[in-house]
Amino acid sequence: MPDLVLGQFAGVDMPDWVDALLRIMFIVALMTVNAFALIYLERKILARFQARVGPTRTGPIGTLQSIADALKLVTKEDVRPSTADRWAFELAPYIAFVPVFLIFVPMPFTETWFIRDLNLGLLYVFGVLGLNIVGVIMAGWGSDNKYALLGGVRAAAQAISYEIPMLLIVVSVVMVAAGRLATDGDVSAAVSINGIVADQTTTPYILLQPLGFVIFLIGALAELHRPPFDMPIAESEVVGGYFVEYSGMRWGMFFLAEYTALFLIVLLASSIFLGGWNWPFGADVGLGLQIVLTLVKTSVMIVLVISSRALFPRLRIDQLMSFSWKVLLPFAIVQVLANGIIMAYGGPDWVVGLVSFALLLALFGLVFALTRTRKGGDTTRTIQTTPARPRVITSPEVTAVEAGGGD
Amino acid sequence: MSELFSNYGAVLVAIPVGAMLVLTALLATKLLAPQRRTALKGQVYECGMLPIGRNWAQVHVRYYTYALLFLVFDVEVVFLFPWAVSFLGLVDTSDIGRTVLWQMVLFIGTLLVGLAYAWRKGVFDWKSN
Repeated sequence: MPDLVLGQFAGVDMPDWVDALLRIMFIVALMTVNAFALIYLERKILARFQARVGPTRTGPIGTLQSIADALKLVTKEDVRPSTADRWAFELAPYIAFVPVFLIFVPMPFTETWFIRDLNLGLLYVFGVLGLNIVGVIMAGWGSDNKYALLGGVRAAAQAISYEIPMLLIVVSVVMVAAGRLATDGDVSAAVSINGIVADQTTTPYILLQPLGFVIFLIGALAELHRPPFDMPIAESEVVGGYFVEYSGMRWGMFFLAEYTALFLIVLLASSIFLGGWNWPFGADVGLGLQIVLTLVKTSVMIVLVISSRALFPRLRIDQLMSFSWKVLLPFAIVQVLANGIIMAYGGPDWVVGLVSFALLLALFGLVFALTRTRKGGDTTRTIQTTPARPRVITSPEVTAVEAGGGD
Repeated sequence: MSELFSNYGAVLVAIPVGAMLVLTALLATKLLAPQRRTALKGQVYECGMLPIGRNWAQVHVRYYTYALLFLVFDVEVVFLFPWAVSFLGLVDTSDIGRTVLWQMVLFIGTLLVGLAYAWRKGVFDWKSN
């Protein structure tokens, strides 16, 4: 994309990699501010759900709380267990963070503002995201702690299970994009994220693939270890998961990777389903409004993801795994096949959307039927209506020995 | 060809920048944080108690079967991507027409049989046998 190089704005001729570096530096600043903002936002939103007020003391209405947290993390001692595998333990934060950072490269913020428009952007995002798991496994394995190891393998099993339905949904989105671009554009843009966003000037893809949007959102919650899918880091089960042995800034790096991934996956979802920088129903907007549109769509979905932490109880790990393989995967495959058959026989866009919506209703119906407790059946969820009578202790039944009397 | 790959140069620039970010944060910790290693601090954390038994727990074999299944379906998706982009064009232009679609349906169907087999075998039930 030589016509989009920053140097042309400044009137200076700069090599391609300097331009890329400048854009990456801008992204670094954005990422830091974003992580600070998300931590504050999450604490405030969760506090509201629990009838508290959240942080209020540091700075105006607590806005400097994240900065205080960061300072505390930097000045905290970096402890490593003496039996830990040193290389795996110390390299894990790099391997966990760098892939997440790399996802920024193809993300479009406006029509012309991204680091680089990768022609295989969607495939690239998922390929790089998978590398993140290697860091998680290294952290779990290198810590020499059974809970960390258990958290690490849980995170890996969960991530690979939910990646398959997400990838199949991305394939079905690419099919829709290729079908639309075949009539009014270049088919080779169908795997580029910016190409997909550019195609949604009149119809956001959530209307064409509503089932895809829902499955993508569920998969995103699982990939990000967000409740109700936070078994890898469940405090009550595996103490804290793969980063239980990490402290200080080394732990902070895992945290930064997690919040950056939250922003990026949600940005990806709002790009390929909600139309990113496009106004929903066909209006050509300026660059200033485009960034606002992108961020508004992303923010709404971030608030949704954060509030899911307060709204849903944690699943059991067997429920989590079977939900992905037995429910989401068949539905995703059926979606791909349905798209293929409709489009190969020349069906219009609204048929694709209608079939996807019908599949979504079927998914909801199935989940409702599976989770409903049967009336009078052999359900285990009986609620005792009359509470057991509390035992009232009328006289102190303390024997002389227990009281310390003895002889 | 070089036009196709030129944009990926930015990825090569981004890798060292990301690594430098982590390195800077860890160096700041090294400079600012206290460093007093003791034998007790080097213990593995187990809710404040002294650790019991060996530290490396055994991992159940079911994780391995999930990894195998993942491999199968991940490779399937890699095949699906180029097909998804080009199958409509092939339906319209090539002389085999809609066979392009039905061949892929056959391919996915074969994998679905594998999924059904794993389902039948109880791989997804997370039993502790």
